[in-house]
Amino acid sequence: MQYQSQAVAKPYFIAAIGLFVGQILFGLIMGLQYVMGDFLFPEIPFNVARMVHTNLLIVWLLFGFMGAAYFLVPEEAERELHSPKLALALFWIFLIAGALTILGYLLVPYAGLAKMTGNHLLPTMGREFLEQPTITKLGIVVVALGFLYNIGVTILAGRKTVVNLVLLTGLVGLAVFFLFAFYNPENLVKDKFYWWWVVHLWVEGVWELILGSILAFVLLKVTGVDREVIEKWLYVIIAMALITGVIGTGHHFYWIGAPEYWQWWGSIFSAMEPIPFFMMTVFAFNMVNRRRREHPNQAAVLWALGTAVMAFLGAGVWGFLHTLAPVNYYTHGTQITAAHGHMAFYGAYVMIVLTIISYAMPILRGQKAGNRSAQVLEMWSFWFMTVSMVFITLFLTGAGILQVWMQRYSDAPMAFMVVQEKIELFYWMREVAGLVFLIGLIMYVWSFFVKGDERVVASAATA
Amino acid sequence: MSEVFTKSMARNIYFGGSVFFFLLFLALTYDTNRDLPNRDNRGAINEQVSLGKRVWEENNCIGCHTLLGEGAYFAPELGNVYTRFGNSTDAIVGFIKSRPAEGIPGRRSMPQFNLSDEELEAVAAFLKYSSEINTANWPPNVQG
Repeated sequence: MQYQSQAVAKPYFIAAIGLFVGQILFGLIMGLQYVMGDFLFPEIPFNVARMVHTNLLIVWLLFGFMGAAYFLVPEEAERELHSPKLALALFWIFLIAGALTILGYLLVPYAGLAKMTGNHLLPTMGREFLEQPTITKLGIVVVALGFLYNIGVTILAGRKTVVNLVLLTGLVGLAVFFLFAFYNPENLVKDKFYWWWVVHLWVEGVWELILGSILAFVLLKVTGVDREVIEKWLYVIIAMALITGVIGTGHHFYWIGAPEYWQWWGSIFSAMEPIPFFMMTVFAFNMVNRRRREHPNQAAVLWALGTAVMAFLGAGVWGFLHTLAPVNYYTHGTQITAAHGHMAFYGAYVMIVLTIISYAMPILRGQKAGNRSAQVLEMWSFWFMTVSMVFITLFLTGAGILQVWMQRYSDAPMAFMVVQEKIELFYWMREVAGLVFLIGLIMYVWSFFVKGDERVVASAATA
Repeated sequence: MSEVFTKSMARNIYFGGSVFFFLLFLALTYDTNRDLPNRDNRGAINEQVSLGKRVWEENNCIGCHTLLGEGAYFAPELGNVYTRFGNSTDAIVGFIKSRPAEGIPGRRSMPQFNLSDEELEAVAAFLKYSSEINTANWPPNVQG
């Protein structure tokens, strides 16, 4: 560790991994409910399990992003973090608020939670991904402001690298667009229109800046390629991400009551959204091929290459599959959407957080890289999780194609639940793939505890 | 990338491109808001519909259903449930009211939310209002 204050990243990463485990367990519950409709009913109805699954994902990714920032910002700025104490205080506030919210979902009926937390004063609950009680949302804003202050002061007082400035822009954007979560008009069309200002402008906008800067930082470290080259790539990638992604928001406006010209704007611009992801893949492989050093942390290199490939497949290819308006007319709100959502989130955001954890965690634990056995196990977990996610996506895509055919496209469309029963086999296979994912995740967690010959790695590092 | 293409050129594309397209997005948003009154069925929004939206939100209906195609994919689309149920708010009320508290063995079942009559009427009115939004002919058929 070059700076003592980087150590605050460690609890953030540990919390992220812990919540990740919770997310996957609830995913498996939901997957089973798809085929055994009464599983855990009425104790944990599907909507509750889903809320826990998606909200845990968002929260643990935010923990990961914050941990990444606390780790890389001091190193890039070449100075200690402005206030490690504030970072640690915000960690506990965020963790406790997050845990209470999840417990609220599980222990209190949602309507009761709305009443308890005074949702009528400023109604923001009950919208997909933004289910948190208003008070939790306010807490997120407070944590985000404190975090941005801490990171911002550090960056502005230190060396201003492109990695740091892009990361800061992404994080500020994350906070600013979250404010639209507080706008919930009674007009459903306006509600939906601005809901996407949070959801789309996060995941297909400013989060890509965060993704790009973390990836650039790790590639910089593990390849030793010239900073100038990496920074140039970073600029081009995020330029393309925003040029295509902002107007690309239009692909969500086709069928929610917005004017129909969005079918043109959305189709054309979102068809170009795979470009920055493709560039990211080329970038990652290029930098690794042109590496000037053999970094002992091979697992981190694998994650970095993996996230670039899987983000392109999940966000780029699977996004393109159903983004054109004439296609989306039939696929909108089917299992095709679920398939894309799973691989895109895993490839782009789960894997980038696991990349920075893979790179940073050994350093935070006082080594340059994990020992050989630990790395081997971590790389196995990479393949288990990644390959099973590919299969989850393929099975959901199969389910989606059949659903579209029977329920939407055919001359004699069948009712939703009739179709659901006909495609059950695909849901079973998805659940099996999900179990393999869980095995991969257990291996991943286990890899942090594997002991081995640390000296081998240490000597490799100096070689 | 070649030496001709410098980092400052890349940076300028980033700044220029993102500012330009964000401004274009704001302009399109402005135009959308001018056009919405012709499409979003706002004339139908009254106190009952407004309460219905609150009931919809505070029971997390979006956690299983889609509404205009957005939400979860576990239960049927509800943007057109009013037409699917024969243009009847009574049918919607009857369905929600009759859900068994303990579910249906082996099958997916909607929870019993124990809504008051006022809330039931309101959520049905909200779904009727939603079905009358101009959604460019989506969904493709009545099955949603």
